[in-house]
Amino acid sequence: MSDLFKVTIDNITVEVPAGTTILQAARQIGGDVAPPAMCYYSKLQGSGGKCRTCLVEVSKGSEKDPRPMPKLVASCRTTVMDGMEVKNITSPKVQDARAGVVEMLLINHPLDCPICDQAGECHLQDLSYEHGKSGTRYEFQRRTFKKVDLGDKIQLHMTRCILCYRCVFTADQLTKEREHGVLDRGDHAQIATFIQKNLNNDFIGNVIDVCPVGALTDKTFRFKNRVWFTKPVDAHRKCSNPDCCGEVQLWMRGDEVFRVTARKDEWGEIKEASNGKTGWICNECRFDKKHITDWVIEGPTKVNRHSVISQGHYVGLEKPKETFNAVMNGRYPKLLMDIHSVSEVNKPEIDLSLLNRPAHSTDFNQ
Amino acid sequence: MTWLERIYLWNIFKGMLITFSHIFKKQPTIHYPEQKRPFSPVFRGLHVLNRDEEGRERCTACGLCAVACPAEAITMEAAERLPGEENLYREEKYAAKYEINMLRCIFCGLCEEACPKDAIYLSETFAAANFTRSGFIYGKENLLIPNPKTDPEGYAKAKGK
Repeated sequence: MSDLFKVTIDNITVEVPAGTTILQAARQIGGDVAPPAMCYYSKLQGSGGKCRTCLVEVSKGSEKDPRPMPKLVASCRTTVMDGMEVKNITSPKVQDARAGVVEMLLINHPLDCPICDQAGECHLQDLSYEHGKSGTRYEFQRRTFKKVDLGDKIQLHMTRCILCYRCVFTADQLTKEREHGVLDRGDHAQIATFIQKNLNNDFIGNVIDVCPVGALTDKTFRFKNRVWFTKPVDAHRKCSNPDCCGEVQLWMRGDEVFRVTARKDEWGEIKEASNGKTGWICNECRFDKKHITDWVIEGPTKVNRHSVISQGHYVGLEKPKETFNAVMNGRYPKLLMDIHSVSEVNKPEIDLSLLNRPAHSTDFNQ
Repeated sequence: MTWLERIYLWNIFKGMLITFSHIFKKQPTIHYPEQKRPFSPVFRGLHVLNRDEEGRERCTACGLCAVACPAEAITMEAAERLPGEENLYREEKYAAKYEINMLRCIFCGLCEEACPKDAIYLSETFAAANFTRSGFIYGKENLLIPNPKTDPEGYAKAKGK
């Protein structure tokens, strides 16, 4: 038996080492072939197998046992066999099952994307856009929770949670003591800190990045801006914390740093930093360094052209040369109105990005 | 050309006959500020920001109108509703500042279509006039519909009923 297994996913053959999951093999091919994943996170041990969005059909078990698997399998937890044939987007059964899973995930998910800070980078939004149905068949009262402050920097909206357990694994594996987990069972299951205990670990801010929906959001960025109006740039700083890579993505508007997150790859997972480890960042980098002088800017982040975040990014634009000045003997055109002197929005004296909390009406009436 | 033809008197008379005959015909024009033509129901005039039945602002500053705007005329700043402001704003997030640059606006109505909260509408008001350009940067005070609770007449007038 060789070390490499041949596996065919959607008629594309790829060779992967033994022990690789179907999902990882599909991600090596990339593009549409890779099944979506809501709970699985390759950087977290033990994640996956909960949300069932990554279901695939195995039409041929292996070279030795060519029988198909009787049911759809969760690709994030199923390892490949030699000669395995997998159908993802080519199987109507999988597409149908995935639409069902999305409907299930959306049963209790509120339709508050207009308010939610995750909108635009939400995996559930993308998933339901691709696989979901526009209507709902659910007729009962939705499960609702009050919003909870997990510490002074993290906001928990339990109504939006899909119970993927990613944040629990993050807290378990990244920080010394975990203070939150999943309480209760079944329909009552919820992420909670039990008696509202604060999350005060150095790396707990990473739960915001791993959350696939808007259940855990950054309070220092709360309601400040929509992600598609901010410009993501790569930046780094020398962090005093030895476990923090200090390589981040800044979400800027003008010279204001509105939000700091870890860098994400094309699957929405945190990238590896230059030291080879996963690029988790500490709370200090994430919440407290909101001055542009704190960071060394490397350049704009490449954003997928089909993402809403790329709106207004005019990449490769060639501006026509300004000829007025040359023709009019060095005279500049007379500006009839400077929009910044009239506009009430983005006033320089109201620096929203430096507020440690969401803006209130009192901040604007100065 | 004879002398009579050269002075064009006959031709002028003929032309004037046509001109004066129009006095007795039906006028195709209307006297604009006093009289107004009926609009099509899909007419797209200046924007209004709507309120709900209880007078609370509907806009949640989701930014979809601004992202849909092909002229990039809309900007906004959002804020969180404080306890005690529930009678002012419908949702926990609202637009603290909302601005439409009417000089940039092309009245395409895409903002109206993008709005998930029925907050922005294009009204039948048109032909805004001002002495300066700065008067065309419409803030919330220019855009918001009158409150139906405190100013029902203004609200009804703005609704056009």
